[in-house]
Amino acid sequence: MKRVAVVGVGQTKFRTRRDDKTHPELTREAVSRALEHAGITMDDVDAFVFGTMDPFDGINCPDRWSSTAAGFGKPFMKISTGGTTGLTTGIAAYQHVASGLFDVVVAVCTQRVGENVDAQPVLNTAVDPIYERYSGVGAISVAAIQATVHMQKYGTTEEQMAWVSVKDHENALKNPYAHIQKRLSVEDVLSSPVVSSPLKLYECCPRSDGSVAVVFASGEKAEEIRDNPAWILAESSISDSYFVGDRPDLAVWDSLTIAGRRLYRLAGIDDPKKDIDVAELYSPFTIQEILELEALGFAEKGEGAGLAEEGVTFVDGDMPTNPSGGVLCTNPIGATGLVRLGEASLQVMGEASNQVDGAEVALAHAWGGTLQFHALMLVSSHKKLRR
Amino acid sequence: MVLRIEAKWEIPYVHSAGEHATKFFEALKEKKILGVKCPKCKRVLVPPRAFCERCHVDTDEWVEVKDEGVVETVTINYARFTGLPDPPYAVGIVKLDGADTGMLAYLGGVDLSDWKKAHEKLKVGTRVKAVWKDKPEGRITDILYFKPVEE
Repeated sequence: MKRVAVVGVGQTKFRTRRDDKTHPELTREAVSRALEHAGITMDDVDAFVFGTMDPFDGINCPDRWSSTAAGFGKPFMKISTGGTTGLTTGIAAYQHVASGLFDVVVAVCTQRVGENVDAQPVLNTAVDPIYERYSGVGAISVAAIQATVHMQKYGTTEEQMAWVSVKDHENALKNPYAHIQKRLSVEDVLSSPVVSSPLKLYECCPRSDGSVAVVFASGEKAEEIRDNPAWILAESSISDSYFVGDRPDLAVWDSLTIAGRRLYRLAGIDDPKKDIDVAELYSPFTIQEILELEALGFAEKGEGAGLAEEGVTFVDGDMPTNPSGGVLCTNPIGATGLVRLGEASLQVMGEASNQVDGAEVALAHAWGGTLQFHALMLVSSHKKLRR
Repeated sequence: MVLRIEAKWEIPYVHSAGEHATKFFEALKEKKILGVKCPKCKRVLVPPRAFCERCHVDTDEWVEVKDEGVVETVTINYARFTGLPDPPYAVGIVKLDGADTGMLAYLGGVDLSDWKKAHEKLKVGTRVKAVWKDKPEGRITDILYFKPVEE
């Protein structure tokens, strides 16, 4: 298997609506910025992998439209795994290069959730049509039922969850691409309307339009392209049960723990708290950052809730989490996972807009499909884990 | 200002429930809830499905479970979304007596105007029983909701 590094990242500004541009025009904006960041041209790219979650954009197979901006005449494929899409697209592009079949591959994900007047009905169409869809369940309610159990089992409080939102919103102020840029207090979060109890409006992500592109290169190419590539140490992904009710305990995210262990084993990580400097996690709802931190070994079970309030997950804390402002402030659903990888890569390149001092190892995560899929990638400023 | 073009998808589908789920829906007409038992891991799976995704084996042993069980979790939806039920409504997971998996279902029979009070009445572990439609039609909506059992 070949060594692979991220050598370029390009993002569009994310907003509820990007009325100025069409689907492929957004793709082009992200691709152009990623190529520019890598200092290469379209001629240098061997293949494209495109990701999006249908049908948020209201166009089926938007890959047809967007491929016009993603390597005309080049090998092209589309990846889609619900909310995980962005990161599985990144994993696919990585595997293209790691296999030795291609030297330079661009992953690009475009999504226009904002053109969708109401995202929950679309999310509801992803729910089982025979037994579950009638319930009206979408993404918010599945996160809410996680929160209910976590609160009752571990005593997690509304204030602790609100702190996650306060922290992400504070971080987003530093990220020029972030969608929601608004300082919030704990009181603002707690007094916002309850959407799906116990989750309140400011504990839920926005609907975002935008695109992100990440350039992957084989080891030799990566060193030619830039001095500070983000080396990919490992990736892992997992699928869990289809029905939410099959999970034995919604207060823990077992499948993420398993995916995390696989990742750590591949990368040689013994203690994620010590070995990983910063995490970009897929947490469109406050409770999920807490569950993810626990599942990935950054906190004991039931103890993740206090980390934001105690400052641990702030950018200057011991375990900075979502310094970009995270999914709570920007959620172009099928592109979101690749934004996590892009931001994690920028952190270890030392080029992030809200840079964690001395970050050498960064984790990117995404979940999708009513809590069903997880994907993880680990990047580093060094080719191997240094302790 | 750019031109905005309105669009709407209204595409009809007819889904097959498959033979397994059809048997489940037939039983609902008699106010019975059926599950299947995995021959390998022995879990009773509700709602029933034709194979155990964990063991990769077919499931053809049918088991009747109770229409009563415990709340595993709940949320109350207060926001209105296109095409989704009118708020407020409570959705949760109920683990029926005799089943090893939980089932997504509406919860009811309690005042939902104050979510904290409602969560207290429907908290994890609360015993609940199905409230059925008077004349079940063999649809998932035959169970209107689960309500707390008066102790």
